[in-house]
Formats: sequence, C-alpha cells, structure tokens
Amino acid sequence: MLLCALSIFGIVALIATELVMGSQLTWHQFGMSFFSWGETPLIDILKAFSDPTATQPNYWDPVNGHFSALPFVYGTLVSSILALLMAVPLAIGLAVFLTEMCPGVLRGPLAFVTELLAAIPSVIYGLWAVFVLVPLMREYVNPLLIKTLGWTGFFNDANPTGLGFLSAGVILAIMILPIISSLTREVMSAVPHSQREAVLALGATRWEMIRMGVLRNARIGIVGAVILGLGRALGETMAVTMVVGNTAEIHRSLLANGASMASVIANEYGEASSNLHFSALTEIGLALFVVTIIVNALARLLVWAVTRGAPARAA
Amino acid sequence: MQGVGDKVAKKDKIRERMRAVTDHAATGLAVLSTLLVVAPLVAIFVYLVYKGASSLNLAFFTELPKPEGETGGGMANAILGSGVLLGVASCIGIPVGIGGGIFLAEFGRGTRLANAVRFTADVLNGVPSIVMGVAAYALIVKPQNHIIPFSGHFSAFSGGVALGIMMIPTVCRTTEEMLLMVPHAVREAALALGVPNWRSVLSITVKTASPGIITGCMLAFARVAGETAPLIFTALGNQFWSASLDRPIAALPLQIYVYALSPYDDLHRLAWGGALVLIVLIVLAVSLVRFVAGRGVLKGAS
Repeated sequence: MLLCALSIFGIVALIATELVMGSQLTWHQFGMSFFSWGETPLIDILKAFSDPTATQPNYWDPVNGHFSALPFVYGTLVSSILALLMAVPLAIGLAVFLTEMCPGVLRGPLAFVTELLAAIPSVIYGLWAVFVLVPLMREYVNPLLIKTLGWTGFFNDANPTGLGFLSAGVILAIMILPIISSLTREVMSAVPHSQREAVLALGATRWEMIRMGVLRNARIGIVGAVILGLGRALGETMAVTMVVGNTAEIHRSLLANGASMASVIANEYGEASSNLHFSALTEIGLALFVVTIIVNALARLLVWAVTRGAPARAA
Repeated sequence: MQGVGDKVAKKDKIRERMRAVTDHAATGLAVLSTLLVVAPLVAIFVYLVYKGASSLNLAFFTELPKPEGETGGGMANAILGSGVLLGVASCIGIPVGIGGGIFLAEFGRGTRLANAVRFTADVLNGVPSIVMGVAAYALIVKPQNHIIPFSGHFSAFSGGVALGIMMIPTVCRTTEEMLLMVPHAVREAALALGVPNWRSVLSITVKTASPGIITGCMLAFARVAGETAPLIFTALGNQFWSASLDRPIAALPLQIYVYALSPYDDLHRLAWGGALVLIVLIVLAVSLVRFVAGRGVLKGAS
C-alpha cells in the first residue's frame, strides 16, 4: 500500500526526468532565448504584431534548425486569458445562483448538468466547435466585432476563416466553466451560516448578504478556483488544436490564426523531423509541465486555505 | 427643522430604492449567467444526438472504415482498440490507485506523508494529458534498447501506459474519499472482535466502501476513455483490425479527431457517430456514479 502511494511521487519524478532528458539538445543550444525572441530583432516582431500585412519573422523553423517558442507562449496566454475573461463572471454567477438563489427542486438537476459539462471529453468539444462554433463565428460574430470594435485594432478582417484566438477562447471558456463553478460553490458552502445570518440581521438585501457575507469571506477560495481554471485552460490540447488555426505567428488581432504550446506538440510530435525538433517540442512540454504544476499547486493551496477541515473533492 | 428631516427622508428613500434595484439586478444577472451556461451544453447535446443518431447503424459497430471517398464503413476497430487500451490502463491504474487510496485513508491518515501524497495526486490530476503522452513516448516508444517490453515503436502498450498513469491519481483520491466515509463504528466493531488491522481494512472497510470504490474507478475510466492527446504519438491509430499490444492501435477519440479534420463528409458522419457513442458511455458512467454514491452506507456523500 505504501508502495502504491509512493508511486504517485514516482510518476511525477519519471515525467520530470523524461522531459528534462529529452530537452537537453535545445537547452544547450538556445538556452532561455527559446522562450523569448532570441536572435530575431524585437522591432521586427513588434512590426509584424501590429501590421497584418507585414512579413512575420520565422519563429519556428524545423528546416533550418532555428526554434523559438514565442508564438506558442503568446497563443497559450491569449487564449487562456480570453477564456478566463469570459468564463469567470459566468461561473461565479452560476455558483451564486446555485448556492443562494436556486429553488431546491432545481438544484440537483442543475448541479448534475454542470457535472456533465465537466465530463465531456475535449475532442467532442473540438468536434462541435469545428462544425458549429467556427461557422457561427465566421458568419455572424466576427463581422459584427469587426464592424463595431475594429477601431481598437484588436479585430481586423485579415483572417476570414473563423478559426483563431477568439474561437479558441470561447471553447476554452465553455470547458473551464464547470471547474471554476463547482469549486466556487464548494468554497461558498464552506462559509458558515452565522456570517450570512449576521449580515441579514443588520437589514441587508439578499444581494448585499451574498456580497458582504459570503463572497467577501470566500474571496481567497474563489481566486484559487479561478487559478485552477487557468491551469486547465493552459494545458488544454484537443479542442484548441482543432480551432486555433495552427499558424506559428504573433498577431495583435484576436481573430487571427495562432498556435498554442499544447497544439504544436499535438501537431508535430508524431512527425518531428530531427533530434533538435524533438528536443524543442519536449522542452515546450517541460515548460507546460512546470507551469501547470505551479499553477495547480497554488490553486489547491488557496482552496484548501478556505475549506480547511472539509475533505477536498477530486475535482 | 422639518425641511432637513424631509431631505434626509428623501435621501433614505432613494437609497432604499437603489438597494432594491441592485438586488433585483443581481438576481437577474445570476439567472442570466446560469442560462448562458446551460445553453451551450444543451446545444452540444442536442446537436450531437441529432447528427450522431443518423449515422449509427449496425455497420458502424461491425465494419472497418472504408477508404476515403467511399461511403459506408464503420468504426468497429476503434471501439475494439479503445477497449484494449482501457484494459491495459485499468490493469495499471486501478490496483495502484486503490492501493494508494487505502494507504491514504487507513494506514497513513493524518501523517505528513499522506498529506504530501494527496497534494501531489491533486496536482498530477491537473497536468495536461499531452505531457503524459510525451513522457510515455520518451519512456517506451523512443528507446531502442528493449529494456521495457514493447519498446522502440508505436504500440498499444505505450498508449495504455500513458492512460494508466493518468488514472492513478484519480482512482487514488476517489478511493480515499469513499473509504473515509465508512463509519468508524464498523472499523471499531471489527477491531473489537480481535481482527488484525490489515484484515479489518481489507475484508470489512474496503468491502463496505466497495460500491463507492467501483464507481470511483468507473469515473476515472470514463475520464480516460475520452482522452486523445496522449494517444496521438503513442498508440498512433490503425486503420485495420488489431488487438495486439505490440502494434499501433485505433482508439475511438483518436479516430474522431482524425476524421473531424479530414475533408470528407462521410468521415465527418462517422466522427459524429463515434462522438455519440463516447458521450453515451460517459453520461452513463457519471449518472451511475451519482446514483450509487447516494445509496446505502455512503448516502448523503456526493
């Protein structure tokens, strides 16, 4: 039994060792410039960033053996932040509704529905996104955004396919919603009833009671839930690969094609052409591993700090 | 004096009204966000059933995929392949996971080691599945020295190992949770009769919690059944019948991914059918978990 439990540590050690050993080549060749602009002049990158017609510098070049993971880091960050912006208000609203405002009859079915959302495999989300979401974005949403918000520079019409960061952000938001929502509900339920009753006794309306009595106390846990959602969004592979457009470029427009760290591994790992290429992809995997471990550890610590005493759920 | 009192009363009335308006607005926003969350799920399900049901027929479950351009064919080899992969994954994941869970709940409860294991298992649950695939590739598919069985090439075994190490933390945590719910009275009764601790754990506590443990395993099974990313470069996929651990093997989610990105309508149809099969499996598992966890000794847990 002890051995079985220690196997968990063994697995983490195994994955870490394999990833570090596999990425030695690129680490020795490129060092930290693998994740930044390296030898490409920064001014070229900024020019290509703002102007959709400028030539993109060649970041990821398996043919010439020059690798820089900057477009993938950018893509992962943009799609995850977009997803968080869309998902967090909805998830907190859902959690507030389910814990405080929902009639008891609806609570069970709604909680079940949210649990089902979390259980759907990401390839099915990707399938639905490719055939329903992307045409929807392409026909209706993107033209509307370009017309109304095109002046901000974040929406231009250089990419009419409907794939891109925004679509990836939307499908990621749908995927991380249930995690953030269920953890927020757990954290809100851990707030003792005496807090709610005290605020009500002072004459507060229901929303004021929720704001002052529950949300304020559960702040730290909600932050932890959001960070956990971020961790999931950072590592999400299949749905993003099918929707983000898979182009190793950095554009300012949110409607542009891009790529994320997980998507480039999924696309190129099976057919990597040289040892350096393999090593570059493994180093991206190592970066993903380290970042998600840190983010998840932070999130779990925050949630544990609020629900201390109650057994944690295997979310 | 009366003028001041009137002004204060008016300010109070305005404030009261603002508070009432804010309260109603907040309720409205909460209801709206609930609807916005439920709507995509219903949309996905309805569309999935509509598109998938039309492509499910007997041929789907019994035939191999036809060459591109021809109509018909099925995904039978993918269903078989998924079964084989999940079998290998369960052989690795379930015993180790249950053992770990028993340790966490019974023998190590409260120790710092158990807390560290539990924390690491939770963190490992959040690691992206593609990283597990990369590790399995580096461990089994790449080396040519044949220390590990079936190494050196793409194989069903490597895919099964990748899925298995994903199952271990999930099974471990759910087993621990289910064991923690067994009432102390049961354990104490066994110990009072002079049964040694290990025997009491195995025969009494685990047996009492076994419906919960089994449903926890089913939950991990359902989660891993839908995983694609680790399989892309370990099991690789196969267009023909294969149940051998030594060769690349087809898997249902992998085929869905490949067909969804292909340019042929018939393959899209197959992809929707496969997605429906997968989602029915997962909904069944999740519903069963909810149903079982709400009965018997473990009532009121979920």
